[in-house]
Amino acid sequence: MTDIFGIPIQALLGQLLLGLVNGSFYAVLSLGLAVIFGLLNVINFAHGALYMVGAFAAWMGLTYFGINYWVMLVVAPMVVGLIGIVIEKTMLRWLYRLDHVYGLLLTFGLTLLLEGLFRSFFGVSGKSYPVPDLMRGATNLGFMVLPNYRAWVVVASLVVCLATWFVIERTKLGAYLRAGTENPRLVEAFGINVPLMVTLTYGFGVALAGFAGVLAAPILQVSPLMGTNLIITVFAVVVIGGMGSILGAILTGLGLGVVEGLTKVFYPEASSTVVFVLMVLVLLTRPAGLFGKTK
Amino acid sequence: MKTRILAAIAATGLALGAPAQAQAPKISNDTIKIGFITDGSSVYADIDGPAGAEAIRMAIADAGGQINGKKIELLYADHQNKPDVASARAREWFDQQGVDMLIGGTNSAAALAMAKIATEKKKPYIVIGAGSSRLTNEDCSPYIVHYAYDTVALARGTGSAVVAQGGKSWYFLTADYAFGHSLEADTSTVVKANGGQVLGAIRAPLASSDFSSFLLQAQSSKAQVLGLANAGGDFINSVKAANEFGLTKTMKLAGLLVFINDIHTLGLQATQGLYLTDGWYWDQNADSRAWAAKFEQKVKRKPSSLQAADYSAASLFLNAVKATGTDDGDEVMKWFKSNKVNDMFAKGGTIRADGRMVYDMYLFQVKTPAESKAPWDYYKVAQTLPGDKVYTTPAESKCSLMKKS
Repeated sequence: MTDIFGIPIQALLGQLLLGLVNGSFYAVLSLGLAVIFGLLNVINFAHGALYMVGAFAAWMGLTYFGINYWVMLVVAPMVVGLIGIVIEKTMLRWLYRLDHVYGLLLTFGLTLLLEGLFRSFFGVSGKSYPVPDLMRGATNLGFMVLPNYRAWVVVASLVVCLATWFVIERTKLGAYLRAGTENPRLVEAFGINVPLMVTLTYGFGVALAGFAGVLAAPILQVSPLMGTNLIITVFAVVVIGGMGSILGAILTGLGLGVVEGLTKVFYPEASSTVVFVLMVLVLLTRPAGLFGKTK
Repeated sequence: MKTRILAAIAATGLALGAPAQAQAPKISNDTIKIGFITDGSSVYADIDGPAGAEAIRMAIADAGGQINGKKIELLYADHQNKPDVASARAREWFDQQGVDMLIGGTNSAAALAMAKIATEKKKPYIVIGAGSSRLTNEDCSPYIVHYAYDTVALARGTGSAVVAQGGKSWYFLTADYAFGHSLEADTSTVVKANGGQVLGAIRAPLASSDFSSFLLQAQSSKAQVLGLANAGGDFINSVKAANEFGLTKTMKLAGLLVFINDIHTLGLQATQGLYLTDGWYWDQNADSRAWAAKFEQKVKRKPSSLQAADYSAASLFLNAVKATGTDDGDEVMKWFKSNKVNDMFAKGGTIRADGRMVYDMYLFQVKTPAESKAPWDYYKVAQTLPGDKVYTTPAESKCSLMKKS
């Protein structure tokens, strides 16, 4: 068997694939952040908390109402999206004219609030969510045994990411959105309801977080702290990809998942820091991020 | 000149202060104050936390709420797993609130920080949730009691039992910080001493979001046993992933620090057959069942061993105050070390000179879903681990107080 740095190539392939699975979560989450930042100029710190709410929505749906995973995969993001719309309508919209810091502080406060609420209701050790029946079992790929559910995570994330990219970059609706953020007055003059569009964008961005939450529920423990553990890494992904760049967020998310996966093989102690080391390097050489444009 | 005035002031102060101290009231401030500092909101909050405070309140209520007409009070604080918060709070309580005894919960770093303060203030400090065996070795003190468990006992209990059952080759998945390292080292020693071998270890950063990559590496080591030297959320997520990737079919899992709340959260399907060491289980005898039922009425779940230990430790202190008639730290410690712990938590427990509370621990095995008859019916006793063997023996002790005796 061929070895690379003492690691059999088959084992390496397995780790690459696992990295891709984790990268899928980064991609969906950072995509939501990128959409919100790109179109609203808001640094949405509540993203991790809303991801957690998405996972809990799936768990509650199953436990209290017996609603299965597939239905919740659609319903939970809608619930989270609605919460997002309420947040945007009642709080966030007053802050657009102010400095970024205010939006960040507000969403950070919301994070603390949401996490505290869930912590007092469900405790910190969290809840278990079973893998849906259809996805039970594993497939032997020759070089590794991949649980079917993990494969589904990659497929589902890629589909959602590409669809989002397509809508924003290649359709008329996406063109309105982009124009609306460049020059809201002019776009309003064409008879387009810009405030509504902004509200819906925020709702959609956080719905992506909810979607990632449902995807994560069967793999990770559904716990109030699950968002906090992930969100800092996801912010690093967005910074590396370039704030507001849609394609950048998707590609960087997947890519960093793979880099992290490889680090877990070669130097596991550094696997939680490697993303930040890369962030420093990217900021030093390309301050706007790999895919970002300097304004 | 200036120094002489200062010296004079100091001397008068001493002269005034001395008689007051000689006839110090038997109960300081006319109240008996117990302080409880633990992780109240973060990763370890479920195994101890607010429910642990509730257990102490139960102990106070069972003591009648007062001793010889002096009221018993509880102060409770969340140290958020930050040693500096823990030690600042402990200092404030001793200095300003007149706390007479401290019970400290989870997190070894916080426990070690508070131990320094308690020693300085000469107040009894009973450590419950923290596991580091340093508390009764390098960092031992005449005012510290280590009550519920420690990393040495966990390693000896689970490590030797699993080797005895045929798990000769081990691979560790270790949380990459002080606690994980010492648990891994202690267990490796036990495994080797029992004729087993350690094939390797992987150090995963604390609170990793995904363990599958580490587990695949562990699997390719071809070891028979995967030793999980981690705790809380890391333990839960690694067991989940081990099941998902079919690791449990080829390797045996050995949880080195597992609480009943972890099992409850993961469910029996994922944890059946797992070996673990603990000092107390709610269903171990009639006394423990009776107390657990009372606890469940208040908190709506069964108690962990730590919460039972919180109750037991508070009761022990109140008994000491009742027996000696004072809440003075030295008197209470003297009583602790010359009396046995006999309650629903421990039978015939003794507190040694190094502060270790020595009592019998248990090796439990998690039941299969078919064996479990009711909610929280999770463990069966695989082996009783005699206290004098499972804890650090006097000969092995690195504590200076122990060497003298």
